[in-house]
Amino acid sequence: MAQTDTMILNMGPQHPSTHGVLRLELELDGEIVVKATPHIGYLHTGFEKNMEYKTYHQCIPYTDRMDYLSTVSNNLAFTMAVEKLLGLEVPPRAQCIRVIWAELNRIGSHLVWLATQALELGAATPFLYAFSEREKILDLFEMASGVRMMTSYSRIGGLMADLPAGWIEKLAEFIREFPARVDEYETLLTKNPIWLKRTKGVGVLSGADALRYSLSGPNLRASGVNWDIRKQSPYLLYDQFDFRVPVGEVGDTYDRYLVRMIEMRESTRLIDQAVRVLPAGPVRSDNPKVVFPEKERIKESMEDLIHHFKLATEGFSPPAGEVYFSVEGPRGEMGYYIVSNGSNMPWRVRVRPPSFLNVQAIPFLISGKMVPDVIAIVGSVDFVLGEVDR
Amino acid sequence: MADLLKCPLAERERVVGKGRAQVIIELTKGFWLTLRRLFSAPITIQYPEEKRPSVPRARGLHRLERHENGLERCIGCGLCAAVCPAQCIYLEAAENTEEARYSPGERYCRIYEINEFRCIFCGYCEEVCPVDAIILGPQMEFSKGNPKDFIYNKERLLVPLKSKGELPASKDAGSRSSSGLVASPMS
Ligand code: SF4
Ligand code: SF4
Repeated sequence: MAQTDTMILNMGPQHPSTHGVLRLELELDGEIVVKATPHIGYLHTGFEKNMEYKTYHQCIPYTDRMDYLSTVSNNLAFTMAVEKLLGLEVPPRAQCIRVIWAELNRIGSHLVWLATQALELGAATPFLYAFSEREKILDLFEMASGVRMMTSYSRIGGLMADLPAGWIEKLAEFIREFPARVDEYETLLTKNPIWLKRTKGVGVLSGADALRYSLSGPNLRASGVNWDIRKQSPYLLYDQFDFRVPVGEVGDTYDRYLVRMIEMRESTRLIDQAVRVLPAGPVRSDNPKVVFPEKERIKESMEDLIHHFKLATEGFSPPAGEVYFSVEGPRGEMGYYIVSNGSNMPWRVRVRPPSFLNVQAIPFLISGKMVPDVIAIVGSVDFVLGEVDR
Repeated sequence: MADLLKCPLAERERVVGKGRAQVIIELTKGFWLTLRRLFSAPITIQYPEEKRPSVPRARGLHRLERHENGLERCIGCGLCAAVCPAQCIYLEAAENTEEARYSPGERYCRIYEINEFRCIFCGYCEEVCPVDAIILGPQMEFSKGNPKDFIYNKERLLVPLKSKGELPASKDAGSRSSSGLVASPMS
């Protein structure tokens, strides 16, 4: 009788379907995955540790670079955590713009997810369509912040600057056209028999298991658990807007797809509502101990100049204490836990990364599945390795 | 589940009807869409022949500004170096003398270096500069073969003097402050 043995296959770290440098060690019995072990750490950058040696203001550009597809929600979670620590109020205009940016970012991130997921399952057209739409979002980011991806637009106490002239018009054009684009993606995929065969019933995750793995965001909702931080503990102006939270029924790859498609539509509606109520006024708090004074003011007032110098050279020192604040990022709960010892630098910054927890569920999801399904499932949980390793 | 049912998508058929006809119909819809898009205007930009227009707030390669009369704006206060998260600015200030005057005030910057290799283009230096001396410009393409070439010294950063040619159009330096006011030159 022939002796059969399992085979070890390394998927990654240089594999296009692992969305970065994830290495999956697959133990295969023929085409069936017996055991899967994710190996992470290839992108370890020491951001968390580094932030202990930076002033709070200097930490902001670090947060962008963890999850480079949802820079806005990273900035938001960090700056709002510090604002909570300081008890700082942010002007309503800044809050409204933050909502608009966070939702644009959610759409952009879901578009990249859709594009790569479709490409991996053999559909190249949605990939090109989705990226051309995301380009418009990046253009909007660039117009207001000067940079397409690492925006660092949110600042402690407000925003980097007000929106430039013409920005709202450009945004209006985007949200007018975008629902039709989502219809197009759906024409290509939602009822496509090949797409259905590859995703329906593949990688089923029950709500209980999703909770057991601490999943959040679209993955948790696809498994039937109605949990969205924007609804459960509203921040910014989310409690004033009308939006629906899609919840899946089965928890398979197809549901994870549907949930994200609906979220893109709901985000568009949210932006539309936010633009309508966008108040006028300043975009930064006027607390001179924390927020840089306006440039023209420091040329006139000695007091402002002194504040400016002090802020730029040593930053500000929040009271000693600890704070946790999380926002609903595109991949799930994006949280920052900050411990302050009263100095001008955080004593400890701990990130609650949705991607890390998503990767954690992968071995459970792919064990016992076929190799082609591994691609579909790994893609469907959506993670960014920059954030997993930090 | 109940939530999803409220959404328009869920009202549609979630499962494709069985049978070959349905499969062909759905695939044809997709191909028809692709075919239609084939005749729409292309959105691809033929880089590098064609380039995207830069935005006024672009955060690209730095430059050091001058006053209208050609004197350097930088006063060597060191705020930019202090606020830089990447710690990539090195500067040494010195006193102006009557024989050698570089900037209008008492002090000027003798050495000013930015390691663009380390720089993360956060724009903080521009944001804190009290005299709008350091500006991030629209130049995004400056890759080089040698890492040492990324250390930009004062000569490479300073905009050329007017007499040697036209002074590059100055970016609206104040456009990033929320009031949108243009910074006035110090005199
Ligand atoms: S852009 Fe940021 S990283 Fe670059 S020199 Fe200025 S402060 Fe430093
Ligand atoms: S560039 Fe501006 S911030 Fe930097 S040393 Fe010169 S004057 Fe000061």
